[in-house]
Amino acid sequence: MALDKNGIAQRIAQELRDGYYVNLGIGIPTLVANYIPDGIDVEFQSENGMLGMGPFPFEGEEDPDLINAGKQTITAVPGAVYFDSSTSFAMIRGQHVDLTVLGAMEVSDQGDIANWKIPGRMVKGMGGAMDLVASAKNIIVAMMHTNKAGESKLLRQCTLPLTGVRCVTRVVSNLAVLDITERGFKLIECAPGISVDDVKNATEGRLIVEGDIPEMKL
Amino acid sequence: MAINKVVSGAEEAIQGISDGMTVMFGGFGLCGIPEHAIAAVRKRGTKDLTCVSNNAGVDGFGLGVLLENKQVKKMISSYVGENDEFERQMLSGELDVELIPQGTLAERCRAAGAGIPAFFTPAGYGTEVAIGKEVRWFDGKPHLLEHAFDASFAFVKAMKGDTAGNLIFNATARNFNHAMAMAGKVTVVEVEELVPVGELDPNEIHTPGIFIQRIFQGDNFEKRIEQRTVRSKA
Repeated sequence: MALDKNGIAQRIAQELRDGYYVNLGIGIPTLVANYIPDGIDVEFQSENGMLGMGPFPFEGEEDPDLINAGKQTITAVPGAVYFDSSTSFAMIRGQHVDLTVLGAMEVSDQGDIANWKIPGRMVKGMGGAMDLVASAKNIIVAMMHTNKAGESKLLRQCTLPLTGVRCVTRVVSNLAVLDITERGFKLIECAPGISVDDVKNATEGRLIVEGDIPEMKL
Repeated sequence: MAINKVVSGAEEAIQGISDGMTVMFGGFGLCGIPEHAIAAVRKRGTKDLTCVSNNAGVDGFGLGVLLENKQVKKMISSYVGENDEFERQMLSGELDVELIPQGTLAERCRAAGAGIPAFFTPAGYGTEVAIGKEVRWFDGKPHLLEHAFDASFAFVKAMKGDTAGNLIFNATARNFNHAMAMAGKVTVVEVEELVPVGELDPNEIHTPGIFIQRIFQGDNFEKRIEQRTVRSKA
């Protein structure tokens, strides 16, 4: 069975390490916060200006002055800190954030990512995505392996306007975990019930399969 | 005596703004936006503005009210399109829109206030943002040359300020307000609470008053929430 969005988030949560500062993008990445492994303390950075982002507030406790980068009302955990936008991006550009998790429309086998613009459709903007991908040292992309028409989104070359070049380190899709290497996507794990051939058929970019590929443990 | 920067209200605070100017508006989404300055600019009817703001408001609130009154010639933002009127003007070509990375937007504000005319950043290299920009390599990585903004006015909002313009923000409502306060040739602040000098602890001030030219207390901030998300107590 291919993973659903929560499964992808659950697998990405296994990449968290104690003491990490983490920036989660909008969409599937946001769900990662629901699966923090026991015994691990991480802090979430929100690029609009806080570290120590907590869950949504209880009804009636929403504060218009306390939102995340998706403009949703949130809370702060003990030890949280607020700062201005230029300081926030100093943290991001200065590589003080340990892990960045982003969604993508396309990823290339060299680690290029496209996730902000579809020609012909209303363009809303890149927000902080270009700053994040250009600087972060550890970028995991959470995405569906194929689009609704069944076409691969893991490509030899991105077809959509790029957000950043040669920046993605790992992709966790509904089918597999893959690392970006000099020679293309390297298959690390398959989702439960997904075969190496399933991944091959769904991957347009160069795919490297070496040895036995373990099944993802969730 | 400390310098007194208090003006009577938004109308006095925006004196000097004129057609065609480049002006900045603090805030992220609708969080921490200068509601009263926006309303005063709308009332004054100043046109052909180039607005630097992370976002462009929503229909009927925030910068949306200047858009629907056709006072904006160009938006420089990182993320837009939360309102129908914006989309209509953009698609019809009435409104010029320049989208830039959010960190670059923040740093172009900070640089303007800090006397840095330009800087190199890796954000946007290899994308359409890089078109026409000088590229230089530092430590084996490509960077784009980006320039500081040049804004005649910056309109910002703080939770608390004193009569000398020292500011304290609340939570994530600080966002772009601090860097834009530094950047404006004339920086206008509206605060929820205006206090005499000496009342704020100098250790707790977020933005020093030296960056501020005019300050006033706004009444009845609406502080609209854009995406109300909650969890149940169960």
